[in-house]
Amino acid sequence: MTFLKRSPWILHYDASSCNGCDIEVLACLTPLYDVERFGIINTGNPKHADILLITGGINELNRAVVRNLYEQMPEPKVVVAIGACAATGGIFRECYNITGGVDKVIPVDVYVPGCAARPEQIIDGVVAALGVLEEKRAKMTGAAQEKERARHAAGEST
Amino acid sequence: MNGIISAVLFLIFAPIAGGLIAGIDRKITARMQGRVGPPLLQPFYDVGKLFEKENVVVTIAQNFYVLAYLVFIAVSGALFFAGGDLLLVVFAFTLAHVFLVLGAYAVHSPYSHIGAERELIQLMAYEPMIILAAVGLYMVTNSFNVADIAAATVPAILYLPGVFIGFAVILTIKLRKSPFDISTSHHAHQEIVKGITTEFSGSTLGAVEIAHWYENVFLLGFIYLFFAWNPVIGIIAVAVTYGAEVFIDNVTARARWQAALKSGWAAGVLGIVNLAFLSYVMTGGVW
Repeated sequence: MTFLKRSPWILHYDASSCNGCDIEVLACLTPLYDVERFGIINTGNPKHADILLITGGINELNRAVVRNLYEQMPEPKVVVAIGACAATGGIFRECYNITGGVDKVIPVDVYVPGCAARPEQIIDGVVAALGVLEEKRAKMTGAAQEKERARHAAGEST
Repeated sequence: MNGIISAVLFLIFAPIAGGLIAGIDRKITARMQGRVGPPLLQPFYDVGKLFEKENVVVTIAQNFYVLAYLVFIAVSGALFFAGGDLLLVVFAFTLAHVFLVLGAYAVHSPYSHIGAERELIQLMAYEPMIILAAVGLYMVTNSFNVADIAAATVPAILYLPGVFIGFAVILTIKLRKSPFDISTSHHAHQEIVKGITTEFSGSTLGAVEIAHWYENVFLLGFIYLFFAWNPVIGIIAVAVTYGAEVFIDNVTARARWQAALKSGWAAGVLGIVNLAFLSYVMTGGVW
């Protein structure tokens, strides 16, 4: 059974977005788009989240924060970079304080382009992320079973 | 013997009923907000998902406390549906929440600690009223045994309107609904990150959720006791009360903890006035 795809909980972090993409992310939760139809919930807690949505490029001050949030999320987890800035740094990429895209700090699974990304695109990105999430879950349970089998084999031989 | 069967039936079916109630709740909430809402079985998907996730444990003690929370909630509910002593049920129920608070205190996290403190404030707010409700049902039916109260032919609600209204107020606290969802909130809402459940993840959070389902079924059973003389009216009253709670959840914003405490105790005063009047009338020989 794979419940993960039916109940992805989202953590939204604004790295250094101009708020354009943030408003579009929040628009997904409104009655017009209502992503809760798909079991998607916006949690404020990395320990409850499955998908990390990041808007805006990474700056020197929040590198550690983004890293920390990512590490606090339990496996399996995916990262979706929303908007041009989150992908590459966007028009801010040459600013003195901007490190660049989100992938400079943590691994990114899905990029949603746009300035600002439209709610439909964001939902598309999250749906693509669900596929990656499912893959990671299968890999995780596979690895756990492999470990268990190895332990059994070792137990029997000794 | 009958009691044991009911207890086992409760242990098996209460999570199913509780999950379905949560699903209906989310659907109604969504419709009230002009949304389509998640599928009816969404709470089961959520908990199933939590058991698929990695369980990040900060301190091993937290798992023990959450397990104790789940066990004592299940025990108090089972005791209730087995027709046991209502006071014992109330005490086991309180103990369960003490374990949840200890679980949140076991982790060195400010968010978790604020949630735990607020849960203690909530305990202070609702505990007097729950005991008053048990006392009120005793005064009307002359028994603390749930089996006897449920079999009573007296319409308890007509004697205990104040106690019932007071109980409905603290029910908002117990169901973790606005305006009193201060320690943690059910589904999508956030409060100081996630209050008492901040540091629980994976299967531990799943256990908290299942305990909450048990708790909800137990509380709805408690409401039924007020209307137990007529099962049809009883079930309708339970549904109407729960619907009213969902409505209140959607039309109110979260209040401060001071307001929760005051409301809980105001409800208690209402209950005491009701009981005092009842006692006066009974000893006065009007009945």
